[in-house]
Amino acid sequence: MLELAIKGSKRYYGWMTFLLAVIGAGFLVYLWQLDFGLGITGLSRDASWGFYIANFTFLVGVAAGGVMVVLPYYLHDYKAFGKVTILGEFLAIASVIMCITFILVDLGQPMRVFNVFLYPTPNSVLFWDTIVLQGYLLLNIIIGWNVLEAERNNVHYQRWLKPLIYLSIPWAISIHTVTAYLYCGLPGRGFWMTAILAPRFLSSAFASGPALLVLLCLIIRRVSSFDPGREQIQSLAKIVAYAICVNVFFFLCEVFVVFYSQIPEHMDHFKYLFVGLYGKGAYVPWMWASLTLMVIGIILTVNPLTRKNEGVLAVACVLIFLGTWIDKGLGMIAGGFTPNPLHHVNEYIPTLPEIMIALGVWAMGFLVLSALFKIAVGVKEEVRA
Amino acid sequence: MDSSRRRVLQLLGLSALGLSVKPVLNAFAEEAEQQAQAQIKRGENALSAQQWAMVVDTRAFESEDDFAPLIEACHKIHNVPVLENKRHEIKWIWTDHFHNAFPGKAARFLSEEVEKRPFLVLCNHCENPPCVRACPTKATFKRESDGIVLMDFHRCIGCRFCMAACPFGARSFNFRDPRPFIKETNKQFPTRMKGVVEKCNFCAERLAVGQLPACVAASDGALTFGDLYDPASEVRELIRTNFTIRRKQTLGTEPSVYYIV
Repeated sequence: MLELAIKGSKRYYGWMTFLLAVIGAGFLVYLWQLDFGLGITGLSRDASWGFYIANFTFLVGVAAGGVMVVLPYYLHDYKAFGKVTILGEFLAIASVIMCITFILVDLGQPMRVFNVFLYPTPNSVLFWDTIVLQGYLLLNIIIGWNVLEAERNNVHYQRWLKPLIYLSIPWAISIHTVTAYLYCGLPGRGFWMTAILAPRFLSSAFASGPALLVLLCLIIRRVSSFDPGREQIQSLAKIVAYAICVNVFFFLCEVFVVFYSQIPEHMDHFKYLFVGLYGKGAYVPWMWASLTLMVIGIILTVNPLTRKNEGVLAVACVLIFLGTWIDKGLGMIAGGFTPNPLHHVNEYIPTLPEIMIALGVWAMGFLVLSALFKIAVGVKEEVRA
Repeated sequence: MDSSRRRVLQLLGLSALGLSVKPVLNAFAEEAEQQAQAQIKRGENALSAQQWAMVVDTRAFESEDDFAPLIEACHKIHNVPVLENKRHEIKWIWTDHFHNAFPGKAARFLSEEVEKRPFLVLCNHCENPPCVRACPTKATFKRESDGIVLMDFHRCIGCRFCMAACPFGARSFNFRDPRPFIKETNKQFPTRMKGVVEKCNFCAERLAVGQLPACVAASDGALTFGDLYDPASEVRELIRTNFTIRRKQTLGTEPSVYYIV
């Protein structure tokens, strides 16, 4: 089926060339980082993680979000999603590849990464995170590829895939749970130290992942003769609507606990993010923008009139994707590190080289995604014809 | 494809596999035969303890100048670089205000001299260290023989999970090659490379040859070092006879640095 990825229109080639150019630029900056060290980023001994790890966290969510098309189809026999499960699985593959790359570019000594397997350390959550992420990648490659090939050959997929498919559903939950455990089990980091972190991560994942899928479905309908289907898009939109409501609800639960208890170690991070602390508040406009975007997203997706209008729905999905990205991809990590354990406010601001490397990783993910979606759509067109 | 040709190819493949497996098996056999076992011998003068601990008599320090020789001694023998850019800063031992060293412990109104005085902060060599729990490669570990939280700079992959896990901000990361920024290299102690984490090691290399930690040696008796689990040790004597506090004790990490305020 790989041949489908290299046979395409001029527009397809143009898009892939553009992505390659962004990847190339990011890679060059990465070579600089490899040579100089992580000092070219905005990181410091106070904010020791930043943009890379934040994007990693967000993308684990997008990867896990793919399960929202797999679960209804395979567990509830919701037939309509049969058409789009492959899109969810391929989105998960591209997202996990971005996640792993973000971890790699964040390492100070990337050439030593295999030490994680050479000296396996079960008490480290990072060790488990590498295992669940690679497992999820493998599961989705095996399942996605074989099911699509079976569809192309007009046969039922292999029997042995069924247990793997069932396994992939809790596995999707596990990747984001373990990712939340990276943060919420650390003593002395009041912002993350909450049992609702993993559920919050999952709810934002099930909003952002399907929101991106809705957008991708709308794009596929425009650029190919394969129509993912109106019912499918509407069902996805309902999932987005529920998930974003739950996400904002979880956030408000956290806000209540933090501000009613008034414990400074938990409160100060929220203050820093939403109103600024000791005169420093680079993230204040971003965090309010994030909340506003998510609330508008709720209004547009919950209201059937706006949800059923695909143009408005597309806007809503963009808003929700951006809102959840700011929440997780900007505020979640920087907010946890500011103020630092000694209660100093040393702000973390990503630098241009850091952003360029991150863009390169995103472009790489979209390159993989475009190639995989090209294959999937190609097979669908073939089968229909 | 010709079936006999396929058979030949299969046989070739299998033989190649067999040939490649043989040396591996040999390697295992040799290891079992020679029983090469590395041994680490203790130095004759080495100091030992069940859990090393430090008591800081904060009353003996009034200003930054009083701390300067201690910090200087530590950073000099451990090849800690001096970096201008604050984001790249590396420090093993430094000072901060009371409400920064002990956040949550500072009363709204503090004694004037406590408020003014700087307080010494360093790695607490916790008995229950969260950094060790977080490290995915065991590059940072708690030495069983004496409880020091140590680092293997050569194994560290630079993921910085330990920095997120440490509630005391004790760890620094080499954001760039530190070597050009070391004024005078001490050949007795390794320099680090870019991309690894480092922190105070309670002068494990000095204890091994019977010397007290550099900061303790330079403190004129204001810092005391000893075994927390030896009831007759000097640190226990000080803890018994003075009221001491520890940093963020409520987190359960059991810091081994005690402060007399």
